[in-house]
Amino acid sequence: MLALIRKDLQIELRTKEALASLLLLALLMLVVLSFAFDPTSALRSESAPGALWVAVTFAGVSALNRSFVAERENDCLQGLLLCPVDRGTIYLAKTIANFLFMMAAQLVTVPIFVFFFNLPLSWGLVGVVASLGLGVFGLSAVGTLFAAVSVRTRAREIMLPLLLLPLIVPVFIAGVKVTARALADKPLADVAHWLHLMIGFDVVFLVVGWLVFEYAVEE
Amino acid sequence: MTARVIEARDLGRTFAGVTALDGVTLEVRAGESVAVFGPNGAGKTTLLRLLATLLRPSHGTLRLFDQSVGDGAEARRRIGFLSHQSFLYPDLTPLENLEFYAEMYRTDAQRAHQLLDDVGLTGWAHRPVRTLSRGLEQRAALARAVLHDPDLLLLDEPFTGLDTAAASTLMRMLREAQARGTTLLMTTHDMTRGFDLCERAVILTNGRLVWSGVLAETSPDALVHLYEARTQRGSPTVGASAARL
Amino acid sequence: MNESVRKWADTFLPPAALCAMSAAIYLVFEYVPTAQGEGVVQRIFYFHVPIATMTYVAFGVVAVASAMFLWRGTLGWDRIAHASAEIGMLFCSLVLITGMMWARPRWNTWWTWDARLTTTLILWLIYAGYLMLRGSVGPTDQGARYAAILGIVGAVDIPIINRSVYWWRTIHPAVIVGREGTSGLTDPRMQVTLAVCFVAMILLYLWLLVVRLDGMRLRDRVEELRQRALREASALGTAA
Repeated sequence: MLALIRKDLQIELRTKEALASLLLLALLMLVVLSFAFDPTSALRSESAPGALWVAVTFAGVSALNRSFVAERENDCLQGLLLCPVDRGTIYLAKTIANFLFMMAAQLVTVPIFVFFFNLPLSWGLVGVVASLGLGVFGLSAVGTLFAAVSVRTRAREIMLPLLLLPLIVPVFIAGVKVTARALADKPLADVAHWLHLMIGFDVVFLVVGWLVFEYAVEE
Repeated sequence: MTARVIEARDLGRTFAGVTALDGVTLEVRAGESVAVFGPNGAGKTTLLRLLATLLRPSHGTLRLFDQSVGDGAEARRRIGFLSHQSFLYPDLTPLENLEFYAEMYRTDAQRAHQLLDDVGLTGWAHRPVRTLSRGLEQRAALARAVLHDPDLLLLDEPFTGLDTAAASTLMRMLREAQARGTTLLMTTHDMTRGFDLCERAVILTNGRLVWSGVLAETSPDALVHLYEARTQRGSPTVGASAARL
Repeated sequence: MNESVRKWADTFLPPAALCAMSAAIYLVFEYVPTAQGEGVVQRIFYFHVPIATMTYVAFGVVAVASAMFLWRGTLGWDRIAHASAEIGMLFCSLVLITGMMWARPRWNTWWTWDARLTTTLILWLIYAGYLMLRGSVGPTDQGARYAAILGIVGAVDIPIINRSVYWWRTIHPAVIVGREGTSGLTDPRMQVTLAVCFVAMILLYLWLLVVRLDGMRLRDRVEELRQRALREASALGTAA
C-alpha cells in the first residue's frame, strides 16, 4: 500500500496539478465569498467558518475528480488491477493520498483565509486545522469511492459534485460548527458531539468504501 | 504430465445483453505457445481479459495453474499482460514506473534496470513516458509485462504498430521467454507472426471458438480458406495478402 | 419475480389500490372532522405522513436490493432497486410539495429548515443523483453496480445526516415544527383515516413497483431478442 501512496505522491510532485488546482480554486472561492459579504459588517466574521468550508469542499471535489482521471491515461487503472493487490488496498491508498494533497493545500489556504477575514492569530487555529483534518478525511473517503464511479460516466464533471455533496452534509455541518467554536476561542469540549460525529463518519465510510470499491472498478 | 496452465470450460461473457464470448473451451499446458486468430470484434480481447482475471465470466469455469481462480490475486502474480495500452503512468519515467510495479509484484527492483537495458531503453530511462514515441513506450510496456517473470504471458496484438526494431526486440524477448518455459497466448491479425512463434492456434469468430489445431500441420493459406468456410463470409483482405486474417 | 407472484400482483393490486385510494380520499375530505384550530389545510397531513413514510421505505428497499444485487449479481435485484428509486423520487417530491402547501397557510413560511424536512430534501438530492447516475451510464452491468454503490452508501448516510441536521437545528431558535406528533390524534375518526391512507399509499407503492418492474423486464427481453436477431443476421449475412 505504501508503494501506491508513494506513486501518487511522486506523480503529484512531478506535475503539481492537484495542488495547483486545489490552491487556486480555494483561493478563488474565498475571494468570491469575500465579495458576497460586506467587509465591514459583523456578518463577515460570523460567516467565516462557512466560507472556509465552502472553499475547501468545492476545491476538494475538483481535486478528487482529477485523482482518477490520471489513472485513465494509458489505462493505468487496468495495470493496477492486474497486480496481485487487494482492491480495497487500492482504495485506501488513493483515499490517503487524496487526503494528504488536500491537507497540504490547507497549509496555504488557512493563512489566506485568516488574512482575508481578518481573524486574530490564536491557538484556536489549531482547532480549525484539526476540524479540517477530520472533515477532509471524510470528504476523501466518500469522494475517492465516487470519483472512481464518476470518472467512467458521461457527465463526468457534474456527476461527482452531484453525488458527493448531499452525502457529505454531516461533516460539512460538523466542520463549520467546530471551526466556529475554535475561532471564537471557546473550549472544544462543548462541541465534542460534533467531533464524534466526524470521527464516526470517517470510520464508517472508510470501511464501506474499502468493502465496496471493487464493484466500482471492476467490470 | 505437464501442468495445465489454462483450463477454460464453456467460458462466456456478456456485456449489457451483448454476448462477447460464448462457450469457449480451451486447454493450454505449460510451455505451450498458442496463437488466437480472428477478425475484429471476435472476442479475442475479451478472452484475454477473462484469462488475466480482469473480467469475471458470466458463465463457465476457469482454472489457472491448476487452481480455481478465486479472487484472482494468486493467479495475477504469475500472469503478465501486454496490451495496446501501456499501463504506464505518463508523468513518471520508465524506470520509476518499473520500480513501482516491481514493488507491487514484490519483485527485486534491480530487475527494472536490467530489463530497461534488455529492451534498449537505457538512454530514455529517465525521461517521462509522455515524451516517448509509441515504439519506445511499447518496449517499456513489454518490460513491465515481464518484470515479475510471469509463468503465463498474455499478449493482445503485440506487434501492431511497432517499428521493425521494436518488433524484433519483442520477438527476441518472446523467444527467450519461451526458452525459459513461459506459456504464451497471443492474439494477432498477422498470421505469419503467429506461425513463427506458436505451435498451436485457435480461431475465434463472433465469440465462438471455431477451430483449434497444431500449426505445423497446416499453412496460412489453408487456415484462411478454412476460416472462410467456417464463417461463410468473404474476408476483404484475402486478395491483398493470403498471410493476413 | 416468478409467474404466480406476478399474476397475483396484477390481478389483486390495481383494484385494491384503487379501492384504498378512493376510500382514503373520501375519508380525508368528507369523513374526518377538521382538527381543532387547524383549518382545512391540515387534511394534507393524512396524505403527507404516509407518503413521507413510504419515501423512506422506498429508499430502504433501494438499499437492500442494491446490497443483494452486489452480493448475488442477479439482475432482478437491480431492477427492484431502480424501480423503487423512481417511485421513491416521486413520493419524495410529493412530500416536499405537500409539506410546503401545508406550511404556508399554517405557519406563514414556505420552508423551515427543521430536521425532518431538511433530511428529506437531502434524500431527494440523493434520489436525483441516483437517477442521474443511471441515466448517465446507460443500462449496463457497470451502471447497475455504480447505482448500487450509491444506494448502499446513501442508506448508511441517511441516519448520520438526520442526526447532524437535528443537532444543527436545535441550537438555533427557529420555527420548530412538531408535525405529526403534536396533535394527539384524539378522535378515532382521525386514526382510522390515517390508517386507511397508510394502506392506500403502501398499495400504491407496490402497484407502481410491479408495473415498473414489468416494464423493465419487458424492455430487457426486447433488447435481448434484438441482439439475437442482429447476431443471426450478421452470421447468415453477406455470403462471399
